[in-house]
Amino acid sequence: MTSITKPKVAHPSLPRNELGLTRRDYEGGMSTLCAGCGHDSITAAIVEAAWGLSLRPEELVKLSGIGCSSKTTAYFVGGAHGFNSVHGRMPSVATGANAANRQLNYIGISGDGDSLSIGLGQLVHAIRRNLNMLYIIENNGVYGLTKGQFSAAADIGSQSKKGEANLQTPIDPTLLALSLGAGFVARGFSGDKKQLVPLIQAGLRHPGFAIIDVLSPCVTFNDHEGSTKSYQYTRDHYHPAVATDFVPKAQAIEVAYDDQTVVALHDGSQLRLRKLDPTFDTTDRVAAYRYIAAKLTEGEHVTGLIHASSTEDHELHTQNRSVAEGLNSVPYSELNPGSAALSKLMARYR
Amino acid sequence: MTTTISAIGQTNDFVVRFANVNGTGSASANNLIMKSMFRMGVPVTGKNYFPSNIQGLPTWYEIRVSKAGYLARREQVNVTVAMNVETYARDVQEVAPGGFLIYDSTWPRNALLSRDDITVLGVPFARLCNENFDGVRNRILMKNICYAGAMAALFDIDFEVIRSLVTEQYAAKPKLVDANMKAIELGYAYAKAHLPCPLPYRIERMNSTVGQVLIDGNTAAGLGCVYAGATVGAWYPITPSTSLMDAYKGFCERFRVDPVTKQRKFIVLQAEDELAAVGMVIGASWNGARAFTPTSGPGISLMNEFIGLAYYAEVPAVLFNVQRVGPSTGMPTRTQQCDVLLCAYASHGDTRHVILFPANPTECFHLTPVAFDLAERLQTPVFVLSDLDIGMNDWMVPELTWDDRYTPDRGKVLSKEEIEALPKFHRYLDVDGDGIPYRTLPGMTPKGAYFTRGSGHNKFGVYTEDSAEYQEVLDRLVDKFNTAKNLLPPAVLRGSSHHATGLLAYGSSDEAVKEAQDQLAAAGIDTDYLRVRAFPFGAEVDAFIESHAVVYVIEQNRDGQLRSLLILETNAEKRKLIPILHYDGMPMTARFVTDAVLAHVQTTATHSTASRGH
Repeated sequence: MTSITKPKVAHPSLPRNELGLTRRDYEGGMSTLCAGCGHDSITAAIVEAAWGLSLRPEELVKLSGIGCSSKTTAYFVGGAHGFNSVHGRMPSVATGANAANRQLNYIGISGDGDSLSIGLGQLVHAIRRNLNMLYIIENNGVYGLTKGQFSAAADIGSQSKKGEANLQTPIDPTLLALSLGAGFVARGFSGDKKQLVPLIQAGLRHPGFAIIDVLSPCVTFNDHEGSTKSYQYTRDHYHPAVATDFVPKAQAIEVAYDDQTVVALHDGSQLRLRKLDPTFDTTDRVAAYRYIAAKLTEGEHVTGLIHASSTEDHELHTQNRSVAEGLNSVPYSELNPGSAALSKLMARYR
Repeated sequence: MTTTISAIGQTNDFVVRFANVNGTGSASANNLIMKSMFRMGVPVTGKNYFPSNIQGLPTWYEIRVSKAGYLARREQVNVTVAMNVETYARDVQEVAPGGFLIYDSTWPRNALLSRDDITVLGVPFARLCNENFDGVRNRILMKNICYAGAMAALFDIDFEVIRSLVTEQYAAKPKLVDANMKAIELGYAYAKAHLPCPLPYRIERMNSTVGQVLIDGNTAAGLGCVYAGATVGAWYPITPSTSLMDAYKGFCERFRVDPVTKQRKFIVLQAEDELAAVGMVIGASWNGARAFTPTSGPGISLMNEFIGLAYYAEVPAVLFNVQRVGPSTGMPTRTQQCDVLLCAYASHGDTRHVILFPANPTECFHLTPVAFDLAERLQTPVFVLSDLDIGMNDWMVPELTWDDRYTPDRGKVLSKEEIEALPKFHRYLDVDGDGIPYRTLPGMTPKGAYFTRGSGHNKFGVYTEDSAEYQEVLDRLVDKFNTAKNLLPPAVLRGSSHHATGLLAYGSSDEAVKEAQDQLAAAGIDTDYLRVRAFPFGAEVDAFIESHAVVYVIEQNRDGQLRSLLILETNAEKRKLIPILHYDGMPMTARFVTDAVLAHVQTTATHSTASRGH
């Protein structure tokens, strides 16, 4: 995880959020990814989203696996703890961290290799567990760090830089998440920050597992003709079905127009959706699945919010009936039954 | 006259074996018999030899009754209760001469009459139960309870002790007390009327179990996790460690649930596999909770990559390895000490890990808070290496006690105020010269933020590919490992430490080795016995090996794994360390150790005589 410290100079005229922090306060180390990498745009969107939400930097926890995408946790919110774990296993580390302290915001950054091949099992079970976190897959269809092998997200017929065509069926993270009952499923494009920022904000506020598949072209190994994850191909084939606006709690709620749907989030903020395709319904999981799958067969990647529903009742800690405070801060005196209780317990073994 | 003398000699000193079919409720009958002996003040130990199966395969339960208080397994079986048709032939063969075999005489068993040096006694258990109980399932269950009644008569067990145990067991279901007591009385009355009660192998009241309990190591370790203040348990089910998490969960449900709000001060995460289980432990420990995972050898194999991450990124983690027979799937329901090297050097790259070796349930309980203290103090994975014999069998140990003055050692974790007072926080700086850096927890202040990574990093916690910077951190980890040596529980010495012959062992071998030491003394060989309780080895281990001419390293694996570790990690002379290895999957016996030492002594004596002859 290479990173270079960025000099921090905040001009007095920079806008400040509710905490009095500027966007610079949400930046991290300098990226060492290739110039023009889609991942850097996603990093910028995360910075913007966190600043816009006035998130306390120290209350964010950044987790990742291994790969180009996983490096990016070093490039945003330097005031947050980061954990760059092992390949494909970030979800379990996130589960443990969240189990220990439910009061922080957890963001996991992964890639299509990290999530859909080596880490598929852990991703699936984090969704099943309804872990309260935002999980971003920076999806470029390719293994970058090992120089251009296909990932499990590569489309059939997509060509590698060496001209080889992929023959295996791809795994679509949004369809996967929908089939597992995830409560928040979205897709973005690294080149569309306007769409991506509100999705990230809503994902961070969703009380349960939120997943965003972000198409993020690899400029070095997957941006050539014949690739279905190149900038050009993605621009030509991405299909925004819903325009999304995130409205924080504090802002006045405007009158909703006819073509708008409003999704209320647990903290009082809202997600306002404007349908670009009138046939699409984000509230119906099965209908959403059918729609996304149908568009995929036409070679179109539907972007925007795909599905949002309340899953708070079976979030990990709700299921467990955990105490409201973090388990890591329960005083020891409340955890240890003491010598008298032990002495009483021993009767069972006499 | 001879008979009487030998009968006295066999009172409170014999082995009884129950041959059962698993899934027929025999466990409660066997437990009832053992507990009644224990309540009569007689030292007992129970070992369960069971198949990796749910129902229908042979299973044996052995109780060793020992007035001298020896708790190891003993080979010689004096009384067998043969309730399994499938294993009759074998069960008959394995009774020691002069012993007894009790069988269900509802059906004739001619094969049982093939030995004239044992006494075969028939009780028509099936007939008795068919005449008195309804329902197929019920009759099978009651048949087992019925033999407990017959054995009570044969062993001269106080009937009132049996009655009070049954009443306690079914306190919530009085109907079951009546049914069970009826079956017990049937067996008891039949034996009294038709069999030579009591047998020469009998129970006589003693006063040797006061202040003692019968408990298994997994229960004790699960309880230890509660007392240590662990709040996050993550696991993937695997024999023989499963009951550890069951115990933790059960005790937490008793002690950690708010009676009004029902809110819980713990979480048990059943992971999708062992990789995820240890990942969860690492995530939770990194975030400031005491977290653990119980597993067995195959689980540790899977966890290797993450263990290396925790070692290098310096994250606490407590791993219980309740060892079973390997390699591969091996024999999941048999015992071994075969993961010593696996744990000592788990994961790729240069890694060395702290290991604790509990020898019994008492240590499973008391070494558990120690494991958490060490993991947090040293910021590293700590293994508690138990095994199936300790974990799943009932051991007689002194009642567990707790010192309320204990406070957990959470290690070098900086508070928000401490972080704010620093000019700058650096994660991997050796400020105190003990090789242990300071850490911070998420959620406090941006100033405490750092990046945890398994990739190369320098002492400031920054990514590096610089040779000198990388090596500096790697070398400091050695300093930390050396610091660990002074924090670990020291080895335990039994003996004077100035005999020529040393015995060295660890873990569940302890009871057999202590008994062997007594047997050897009786044979004229005085020995000193050192029981290792931790790795890295303390100075006392080196000193013990140094001060003895020969040291028998006694273990329950094929390759002498602790011996290898001693050769690698101490100054011990290789040829001085004589391996004594038991690895058939059954718990080791004292006789095995004694015979091995005697055989070696004899060989050496012959050899040296021969040498002198030349």
